[in-house]
Amino acid sequence: MSTILECKNLSKAYGGKTALSHVSLSLNGGHIIGLLGPNGSGKTTLIKLINGLLTPSEGSLLVGGHPVGVESKRITSYLPDQSYLNANLKIKEIISYFDDFYNDFDKARAYDMLEKLSIHPEAKLKTMSKGTKEKVQLILVMSRRAKLYILDEPIAGVDPAARDYILNTILSNYEEDATILISTHLISDIENILDEVIFIKDGQIVLNSSVDKIREENGKSVDSLFREVFKC
Amino acid sequence: MAWNLNSDRPIFMQLIEIIQISIISGKYAPGSKLPSVRDLASEAAVNPNTMQKALAELERSGLVFSQRTSGRFITEDVAMIEDLKSTLAKEKMKQFLESMRQLGFQKEETLALMSKFLKGDHS
Repeated sequence: MSTILECKNLSKAYGGKTALSHVSLSLNGGHIIGLLGPNGSGKTTLIKLINGLLTPSEGSLLVGGHPVGVESKRITSYLPDQSYLNANLKIKEIISYFDDFYNDFDKARAYDMLEKLSIHPEAKLKTMSKGTKEKVQLILVMSRRAKLYILDEPIAGVDPAARDYILNTILSNYEEDATILISTHLISDIENILDEVIFIKDGQIVLNSSVDKIREENGKSVDSLFREVFKC
Repeated sequence: MAWNLNSDRPIFMQLIEIIQISIISGKYAPGSKLPSVRDLASEAAVNPNTMQKALAELERSGLVFSQRTSGRFITEDVAMIEDLKSTLAKEKMKQFLESMRQLGFQKEETLALMSKFLKGDHS
């Protein structure tokens, strides 16, 4: 199985504060991985490093064998934790924008998902509820045929029923050999669709294991283990 | 509707049990074709790799077989399905007897209570 993401001794400090400290990590193709940690543990910092929005203070990072840059971004589909879309645009305008911008964007797939969720392509983004906006953004991200999907808190703002739909959208739309890295603290909602989990605490990886292995070894869910490891 | 899974046991084991019960109950008839890994994973709301692992295990036990190009099928060996049925039934009874033992019932008492219950006396 090919390695899609390789971090070696990766660190990031903001001024004097260390956000990520000597993280080494290797992710294989075809897996869904949960990046789990409490607020301020370094999840988003790691994600921003992978996407080239931050530069590492130390260490190296390869995505699909490429250093972070045009080649790595070509194969990475990223859902940020905050929206960057122009809210005055209609959904169909945003779709044609994505279609122009990304070679691997599948327009038909995007329209298909919009229809299933009864989201009207003529509607403007700003007229939509928070949950619907999140769905639109996820649709855009999952409509690319990428090698690495990075979803930063994809289900935080939506109700439980929509959460199920979104998880199902993720499951039924990712390319079989692609890797999905999902950052969240809503673990119990997402646990069943993960292969592996990474626990991150104070900028360091404290656990990297498979969901079934955690359950077998601890006799408890990843959610319960998380509550134990990160007990306040 | 996602499959009903516990949170404290390995997921692939629970998937195996649910598929076994679907085979025993006839939801998946002997010799019939199973849905694809992806469809099953989507139905159960689990990771496709986990479903794959469960199906590989069922295949290893002979309950399911795969045909190179056309997918996975339920065994046509009805005796094997019957065997599985009685194995699972025995396990259920063991669990039941263990719960009764914890409540302080000896086997004979449990049996007497059970036959009384089955005759419709629920008092």
